[in-house]
Amino acid sequence: MNSNFLEFERPIADLEAKIQELRGVENADAMDLDDEIRRLDSKLKSRIEQIFSDLTPWQVAQLSRHPLRPHTADYVRLICDEFHELHGDRTYADDPAIIAGIGRIGKHAVMLIGHQKGRDTKEKIRRNFGMPRPEGYRKALRLMQTAERFSLPVVTLIDTPGAYPGIGAEERGQSEAIAKNLKVMARLRVPLIATVIGEGGSGGALAIGVGDRINMLQFAIYSVISPEGCASILWKSAERAEDAATSLGITAQRLQQLGLIDSIIPEAAGGAHRDVELTATRLRDTILKQLDELSQAEVEEMLQRRYEKLMKMGSLQQG
Amino acid sequence: MPAMSWFQRLMHGRIRTEGKGKARVPDGVWTKCVACEAMLYQPELDRNLGVCPKCGHHNRMTARERLDSFLDSDGRQELGQDLSPVDKLGFRDSKRYKDRIAAAQKSTGERDALVAMRGLLKGQGVVACAFEFNFMGGSMGSVVGERFMCAVNACLQHELPLVCFSASGGARMQEGLFSLMQMAKTSAGLAKMSEAGLPYISVLTHPTTGGVTASLAMLGDINIGEPRALIGFAGPRVIEQTVRETLPEGFQRSEFLLQKGAIDMIVDRREMRDRLAALLALLMVARRGVAASASGDTPDAPGEHAGDAAPDSAPDSAPDTATGSS
Repeated sequence: MNSNFLEFERPIADLEAKIQELRGVENADAMDLDDEIRRLDSKLKSRIEQIFSDLTPWQVAQLSRHPLRPHTADYVRLICDEFHELHGDRTYADDPAIIAGIGRIGKHAVMLIGHQKGRDTKEKIRRNFGMPRPEGYRKALRLMQTAERFSLPVVTLIDTPGAYPGIGAEERGQSEAIAKNLKVMARLRVPLIATVIGEGGSGGALAIGVGDRINMLQFAIYSVISPEGCASILWKSAERAEDAATSLGITAQRLQQLGLIDSIIPEAAGGAHRDVELTATRLRDTILKQLDELSQAEVEEMLQRRYEKLMKMGSLQQG
Repeated sequence: MPAMSWFQRLMHGRIRTEGKGKARVPDGVWTKCVACEAMLYQPELDRNLGVCPKCGHHNRMTARERLDSFLDSDGRQELGQDLSPVDKLGFRDSKRYKDRIAAAQKSTGERDALVAMRGLLKGQGVVACAFEFNFMGGSMGSVVGERFMCAVNACLQHELPLVCFSASGGARMQEGLFSLMQMAKTSAGLAKMSEAGLPYISVLTHPTTGGVTASLAMLGDINIGEPRALIGFAGPRVIEQTVRETLPEGFQRSEFLLQKGAIDMIVDRREMRDRLAALLALLMVARRGVAASASGDTPDAPGEHAGDAAPDSAPDSAPDTATGSS
């Protein structure tokens, strides 16, 4: 079977294959087949609904990295009325693992920044699987500061396994690059809207993830460490990723309950990849609404709220 | 209980792991340097702030030993000591997070992995905090973040500089995304320090990695490493697994970071107090009007840099930006 399906999507894939097959022989003797196709179609719908209403956190994690899952570039194409990509950190290099540029969403001119994974092998390697090096974060920083200069809200799309753990990345100050972004974003004098569209992998995600609004797509994940990484450290076995995924509380639903994110953007039935346009429309609507809200606020007030929001994050007690 | 193998019996008492920090021999008076294996008299090692007098190896210090050796003995006030961790996720791996907290609290005597104090450094007001590595690897969870903010807020309120001694494996996994958000929280606090024109010195000690390096530890106005400290974003094992190469000798050590431009200087622990007092006196000139007399009794004679600073030069050299903070 096709490797573009996850294990738990198999019943869906089977039904779809069957429908496809029937459509192929349609012209033979039409009447009965039409009925059969309709029947299978409605079965398909209810099967999707059933499977996706009750996913485990580990299944959501797999979905967030689905081979067909839309990436930043796909959403940029669909939500921006205009987009001009900008390159480079002006110091060392351009990092293809982060896409950034000036764009327009409806009536709002914005700076758009997002991680970019690749689709085919060649592009995956070029994009380093969406794992930025310091120059990626420095490109993001440079353009956030450009945005601040021209009063452009910053819209970020998060989708990374994490910041790249390589020799060159360490030499060029991966930690400093991330830390600097956190510090600057906390006080950036323009609205910041961050949305996790796929994988929110730890510091590498957060480095473009501080925001006045934090959104997640329904089947995105956001975590301090990948379930596999956590399992291999705490359970001493990457096989326990499923348990780690549950313990870590990485799904949009759980994180909203915990008060760590603001809103969940529903995906198309069966996941964003099954209807990219529909999912993009919902993403666009959410961003537009938040841009409208945030552009009303006084800058100082917005900064104060952002600061308070950050200060409230934690789970602790007196005594 | 299985019998000891002949090998273990033979080697008993000779196999030591670095895990517990000091390789103690049974009576506790003599100790062996983990680096050069010299036998050292424990009280002498203590007097030497845990630095091996033979080879200069910097042994691990507890957070309290660190602050105790750094701050003047008078006028200390602990900050945020009442805060305790809460297991909001109900996290459980091979052990429950709750049990891990209890065990760490019992073995260290601390409630969490950061200790913060307001005090004096050679008479200058300062806020200092130190990570307790023995508390779950000095990992940063919500209490660490909040205590760090207690330190920042004390600085903002009383116009004091901040010093942080880090030693941490990174964010605390058992607190999930709460711990990741402490990176953003502490960095936001440091942004306020910068706006207020208050200096922050980050001292990175062995080891400082992960989310702590990628937030508060790398954000110093001055970043200082202790000799040979391991400092990095990803741990060496993760990097090796990723790039499938052996890492070069000295990779991610203080000396390497100095060469790559990530830290300002390497300071021997025995000179830390003098050096930081001198630096802070200079950085606080604009605010205090004159370099505080951190000089005099210091071997490094900060007076030769700061002694001439005239009070009237202050307003020009650095405008007071304190009004920018709220």
